[in-house]
Amino acid sequence: MTTELTIAKALNLALRLALEEDNKVLLFGEDIGKLGGVFRVTDGLHKDFGEHRVIDSPLAESGIVGTAIGLAMRGFRPVLEIQFDGFVFPAFDQIISQLAKVHRRTSGSVKLPITIRIPYGGGIGAVEHHSESPETFFAHIPGLRVLTPSDPQSAYSCLLSAIRSDDPVIFFEPKRRYWDKGPVDHTQSSSDPWRARIVRTGSDVTVVAYGPMVKTALQAADASEYSLEVIDLQSLSPLDDRSIADSVQRTGRLVIVHEAPGNLGLGAEIAARIGRSCFYDLEAPIERVTGYDVPYPPSKLEEHYLPDHDRILVAVDSVMGA
Amino acid sequence: MPIDTEPHSRDLAVQLLTPEGELVTHESYSLDLTNAQYKSLYREMVFVRRLDLEATALQRQGQLGLWASSLGQEAAQVGSAFALEKNDFAFLTYREHGVAWMRGVDPKKIMEVYRGTSIGGWDPLEHRCNNYTIVIGNQVLNGVGYAMGCSLDQSSDAVITYFGDGATAQGDVNEGFVFASTFDAPVVFFCQNNQWAISQPSEKFVKTPIYRRADGFGFPGVLVDGNDVLAVIAVTKAALARARSGAGPTLIEAFTYRMAAHTTSDDPTRYRHENELQNWKLRDPIERLKVMLARHGIADRGFFNAIESEADAWAESLRNSVRSMPEPAPESMFDDVYAEKNEVLDAQRAAFIEYHEGFADSGAQS
Repeated sequence: MTTELTIAKALNLALRLALEEDNKVLLFGEDIGKLGGVFRVTDGLHKDFGEHRVIDSPLAESGIVGTAIGLAMRGFRPVLEIQFDGFVFPAFDQIISQLAKVHRRTSGSVKLPITIRIPYGGGIGAVEHHSESPETFFAHIPGLRVLTPSDPQSAYSCLLSAIRSDDPVIFFEPKRRYWDKGPVDHTQSSSDPWRARIVRTGSDVTVVAYGPMVKTALQAADASEYSLEVIDLQSLSPLDDRSIADSVQRTGRLVIVHEAPGNLGLGAEIAARIGRSCFYDLEAPIERVTGYDVPYPPSKLEEHYLPDHDRILVAVDSVMGA
Repeated sequence: MPIDTEPHSRDLAVQLLTPEGELVTHESYSLDLTNAQYKSLYREMVFVRRLDLEATALQRQGQLGLWASSLGQEAAQVGSAFALEKNDFAFLTYREHGVAWMRGVDPKKIMEVYRGTSIGGWDPLEHRCNNYTIVIGNQVLNGVGYAMGCSLDQSSDAVITYFGDGATAQGDVNEGFVFASTFDAPVVFFCQNNQWAISQPSEKFVKTPIYRRADGFGFPGVLVDGNDVLAVIAVTKAALARARSGAGPTLIEAFTYRMAAHTTSDDPTRYRHENELQNWKLRDPIERLKVMLARHGIADRGFFNAIESEADAWAESLRNSVRSMPEPAPESMFDDVYAEKNEVLDAQRAAFIEYHEGFADSGAQS
């Protein structure tokens, strides 16, 4: 069954299905109950599943993650919401010191199947701490998985996979794309969320993007005089560099796009891996199109900070030697 | 017996056994144990102290990388753990050897953690006793969450979560209080105020007695003589009963003293006076129970000597097993990082093994 949905609604449907299929699934976070979350992703779930399944938490992020670890030890499968990207840091300690390490510490005895949903990225004209892209911090940590969808279908499939995973998953939701519509097949998970997927085939340049930048990369592909192959990573950890390498071996050129600052970002890791695995296939140095190495700017400047299709096209021209 | 929430008795720690070994009554708390139980408590405390002294000696001999001593805190730890039911769950810091002992954790597993052959040591689900948490205060939130799960399950299980006076400055501890209060979680917050956060005396950062902080979070707090194993049991049992009844959390401040250094890497002569230690030796938790047992004719010299001999023999076997602990296999560092398959890590592990096998080959050829 395929319907046309926004990303927010696709996420809502995935949460509803997860709550229906496993009574150990709990939603826990700030204002997710009666309000339905500040982005309404949990809209209606409190009413339909009750206050013991969809739980409004006190306003303390470390408390949310720290107690979820205990709930998971007790056999629950918590799905947490951190209200905005810039508010995850109070929970950083629990995520890094406990969540990521308990399975290893207990030699596999204690599983922590916790999903932490975090709306991330800029482009919505917000105040400070509401537009950040902190995914690198989490992708760097052994023991965590990191997923980020780009469209309604991947939002639906990725979130269900995250919740069903026995590993902790940090799930970044591209907040400025929440209201983008697209088809969602909710009879099946159409692709493997742990694999990068080719969202547009091309022959000249491989453009790797994820989350909100996939749409931007597709816009660039539409506008480019060259044939761009656009890859949506979906999983930032583990990183499916084999799929990227397969593409680069065909195109010989790679451009990596993300909103997060470039310094030590995902692009650096991808460039290092592809630089090694595709050294003899590359026709040009790998280019990165990223946010600048500055604190996220005031919203009146964010269009200059965020990679757009023009900056991608400049990078494409560069790798094409144009 | 309910938790006493009236202010009249607040400024005195609950006590049922004086430092001189006299049994006294308390208006709110009492405890009725059999003679066998009294003797068993004595034995447990002697063994926990021996465990601690052996571990300190093993560290000095280079057999352990580090040790965090529980010396002087045996009554607080053994007593609070004695109050637990089998299905209750304990969340520990790195100093709760007495609790781990009471939960049936093999002391060799504790030694593995401090020797560096294992990260966690034991299976927390098997013993219903979490692995030592080294980041100060993290385990309080984990324990509160577990307790929230107990009430969602509508079970009568309860949780005890330990922390020290230093940890009361941590956000996680205070958030734990808020979450437990919000959800009436069946959890007992057991603070061992051992007076010292490494070099900092608790009076410096605790301006209101710790147990009184509970007021601000909406649940009762109780001050107990942490060196009185009987009072600790009585108060902890009452708090656990309150938790099971659905009434919510209780904060217990067990007033005790860290008789040794913070860890074997610490030098307390730089920040505290020897005479402080001498004063606390007069309040020793094991001695006062021993005096009571002898005075009431519950145990005699033969019993005490037998316990000592048993502990001697046990300590020797512990020493030997620590010295002969096998090193973990190098590639085991890749184990259990993820619950599910991770090809990137699998490849790294394979490369690591191949790298080491390469050395084996060259060794064989040369």
